[in-house]
Amino acid sequence: MPPIFGVLFDGIAYGMLLFLLSVGLSVTLGMMNFVNLAHCSFAMLGGYVTVTLMNMLGWPFFATLPAAFIAGAAASIALERVLFRRFYNASDLEQCLLTIGIVFVSIAAAAYIYGTDQQPVQLPAFLRGSIVFAGLNFAVYRLFLIATALIITIVLVGALEMTRFGAQVRAAVNNQRMARGLGIDVDMLFAITFALGSGLAGLGGALAIYLVGLDPSFAFTYLIYVLIVVSVGGLGSIGGSLAAAMLLGVSDIAGKYYVPAAGSILIYLVMTVLIILRPAGIFGRR
Amino acid sequence: MTIQRSSWGSSVTSATIASPRDYLQTQMRWRWSEIAFWFATLLPFIVTPDYLLLASQVAIAALFVLSLDLILGFAGIVSLGHAAYFGVGAYTAGLISKWGWGEPLTGLLIAALAAGVFGYLTSFIVARFRHLPLIMITLGIGLLLQEAANSASWLTGGFDGLQGIRTWPIAGRFRFDLYGYTAYGYALAALFVIFLGARRLIHSPFGLALRGIRDNSQRMRAIGASTYSHIRTIYTIAAMIAGIAGAILAQSTETVSLEALGFQRSADVLVMLILGGTGRLYGGLLGAIVYMVARDQFSGLNPQYWYFWIGLLLIAVVVVLPNGLLGGLTLLTRRSKAAS
Amino acid sequence: MQRLLCGLAGCALTLLFGAAAADAQETVKIGLIMPYSGQFADTATQMDNGIKLYMKQHGDSAGRSKIELIRKDTGGIAPDVAKRLSQEVIVRDHADLLGGFVLTPNALAAADVSAEAKKFMVVMNAATSIITTKSPYIARTSVTTPQLNHTLGVWAAKNGIKKIYTMVSDYGPGIDAETWFQKGFKDGGGEIVGSVRFPVANPDFSAFVQRAKDSNPDAIYIWVPGGAQPAAIGKALAERGIDASKTKILGQDALSAETALKSMGDAALGIITVAYYDYNLDTPMNKAFVKAYNDEFHRNPDFFAVGGYDGMQLIYAALQKTGGKTDGDTLIAAAKGMAWDSPRGPMSIDPETRDVVQTVHIFKVEKVGGELRNVEIDKVPNVKDPGHMAH
Repeated sequence: MPPIFGVLFDGIAYGMLLFLLSVGLSVTLGMMNFVNLAHCSFAMLGGYVTVTLMNMLGWPFFATLPAAFIAGAAASIALERVLFRRFYNASDLEQCLLTIGIVFVSIAAAAYIYGTDQQPVQLPAFLRGSIVFAGLNFAVYRLFLIATALIITIVLVGALEMTRFGAQVRAAVNNQRMARGLGIDVDMLFAITFALGSGLAGLGGALAIYLVGLDPSFAFTYLIYVLIVVSVGGLGSIGGSLAAAMLLGVSDIAGKYYVPAAGSILIYLVMTVLIILRPAGIFGRR
Repeated sequence: MTIQRSSWGSSVTSATIASPRDYLQTQMRWRWSEIAFWFATLLPFIVTPDYLLLASQVAIAALFVLSLDLILGFAGIVSLGHAAYFGVGAYTAGLISKWGWGEPLTGLLIAALAAGVFGYLTSFIVARFRHLPLIMITLGIGLLLQEAANSASWLTGGFDGLQGIRTWPIAGRFRFDLYGYTAYGYALAALFVIFLGARRLIHSPFGLALRGIRDNSQRMRAIGASTYSHIRTIYTIAAMIAGIAGAILAQSTETVSLEALGFQRSADVLVMLILGGTGRLYGGLLGAIVYMVARDQFSGLNPQYWYFWIGLLLIAVVVVLPNGLLGGLTLLTRRSKAAS
Repeated sequence: MQRLLCGLAGCALTLLFGAAAADAQETVKIGLIMPYSGQFADTATQMDNGIKLYMKQHGDSAGRSKIELIRKDTGGIAPDVAKRLSQEVIVRDHADLLGGFVLTPNALAAADVSAEAKKFMVVMNAATSIITTKSPYIARTSVTTPQLNHTLGVWAAKNGIKKIYTMVSDYGPGIDAETWFQKGFKDGGGEIVGSVRFPVANPDFSAFVQRAKDSNPDAIYIWVPGGAQPAAIGKALAERGIDASKTKILGQDALSAETALKSMGDAALGIITVAYYDYNLDTPMNKAFVKAYNDEFHRNPDFFAVGGYDGMQLIYAALQKTGGKTDGDTLIAAAKGMAWDSPRGPMSIDPETRDVVQTVHIFKVEKVGGELRNVEIDKVPNVKDPGHMAH
């Protein structure tokens, strides 16, 4: 097949994964200005839940995905109640320190419980390999990943645009003080979006294992990618995150295909230039 | 330690200070706690000579943190890529030595110059941004430089690190020994001299202008301060100091590798600064000491899972001591004074 | 008079304690410098397991010396930290020798310390050729990258492969592997039809695999570091429809590591790797080793584990030979030319280069009893490091 299609397809699939991992952070950062560097720890938790359920309890892969979502969400609710809630008004830097502390603890805990080795997952046969369609070769798992991310995007955008809850979230992202003044319970709203976002990260973590593997350093390694997507996409913008994730995914894969000698330089260059040109994100207004 | 947070209005009222010059002069005065602190830095030579190597790397980290404090604590520039300048300094010092000039002091100067030039060039981009975009741009600069250094392995030695660094004895007499006497003495002397310079700088009118930019850059512009050029100046100075820190590490360990430029190092230095408390000069020093010593001790006790305890330490500091260790200490001493 | 008394007392004390010390076992301290935390933590875990198992099987005494381990964590690639820790274990903890060393940059930095302090240093993994030249007190019990990849290159040319595309990680070890594989393959008469180097931190390989496929080679040679990448590249091969039975896939040990095979599934069938150790080696000694390892740690050993195990073997044997003398010159003299049987097969320390001489095995992934295993299909005995000869 012409390489350009393959590059686009792989890039989009990789971008979708980045999107799932980052969208939660984008919304919560946009709404509360709460810098949660531990976002990828929730993703890692989701990954380990899937591994545990599959390898130790013999659950099928698909059944573990909701569990990964729930685990991410539940853990975030607990942390939000106990710890994060008290630091919404603290400075960004203190929030950084707090959440980096949580990342360290989560890495050590994962290494202690699961050991330091890569966790294998064995997917059902129909998700592995590839199918040929119109002369083009598509990896099934990547198709599945794209479909999942698209469905989630549609649900998220729909919920944000159509429901009362979504309207409240948008109001709180745009102007938190005004939203409070109008009687919206922003704290409650935030707790819910925080749980949803972390749940999505958990799901992303579970889906990521097959493509990029899982070990305790996951929580730190993917932090950079997630930060890139969030900042390029613009805070609080689902469409922006999606576009940024795809752009980065495609430019990463395209760079590797066409100019392998440049390596990772391209993805970082794209990010830096985009942020210089559009500091508030590609669709950003603020 | 009772170093007062020096910003307008917080600890000094206009009634007691007649003019800005007097204000600056009161700030410049040496406190007993400061003098005690610097004497205490000599203690490792006598009390814990087995720990001089660690002490030398703590001093290097402290110097690096100091440089970050100048831009973060005094000009509000949060950077996740500060290791770029550290690395430029380290590689410059390493390369000069590899090419046959192993004299440490001139190496230090050249490294500072190289890092300063790189800092000056990047400052044109950095000065235009604030908040998240600023963080990401600094991160981008750091990552790009690291990738470039990996690609240019003919120059940097790539993954294996730069080989063949040989540092000559300082002043032809003090060679870098196994025990770290020279390394600590050298790093401490550099730290002290540069600290004096930094202390003078932030208590100068320029330092005041920086704090003004940090607290409200629009208002500073409105009163006619050239905020961009101020930011560029301090950013360049900070880059030079970071470069010196990197150069000392390269010279004293005779190694440089890609991680000198890495994200992990940038993140570590930020953690140390926030841990100690930003915008106080001493906060960063304290943060470097606590973080490095805690790491050494925890990882000595438990080489595999020490991250857990470091993480708990960070969480505990945030929960118990707002504004970092030094902020917490200041608060405590103030409270106890008020009570008595 | 007073001085005389003091002198006498001093003499008496020296006699007393000196005698006591000579009588009791002397403790030999080994400073283990490894990345116990961070990205490379699992390599250190396996190596540490190998060391623990050796000490469990052989006791904590080597000859008259009691062995004590001091573990230090470098937290990953950090030559400055590795150098400081090596110095510290020697001056603070009075370690008599250094061991461990998973990563080349760290080993190179510690080599300076070994040379200056004249301490015996055993490299149990780091595989870049030049390490052993950096200090006259270093011996290596793992492998060198040229040793494996040059051998594989020659083997591939001999076994009917004409055109190869190579893809490696773009950093020291990967480039080393590429150079020596290509050299071996070309020496044997093969042709390199294309090559690519990808970034070290690379989570997605599909683009590179596509490039390789587009150039239609007989075989693809792959070098990636262990960890998440072998599995990721294996999946990319399967997704791109590369059938290992038609286009051969060649690589080094980590490519078909146990966890990689588990997550690749049947896509891994037919992958050919070169290694100095795999837990599937079919010898009685290895079977006993694998069983003991599993009893203790509930997983299979890998080449890190055996590197640590043999590292301890070398240290124990050298200490027995020197009668407990621990200075660098005596120990390295004892280590030179030492030969023993390891779970990996017969091995020895080259008296000239102090590097390892051993059998190099060629494995192929096959299904054995429903499980994917590396099955030995060929071996080359007594391979020295070709890297040293080139220097």
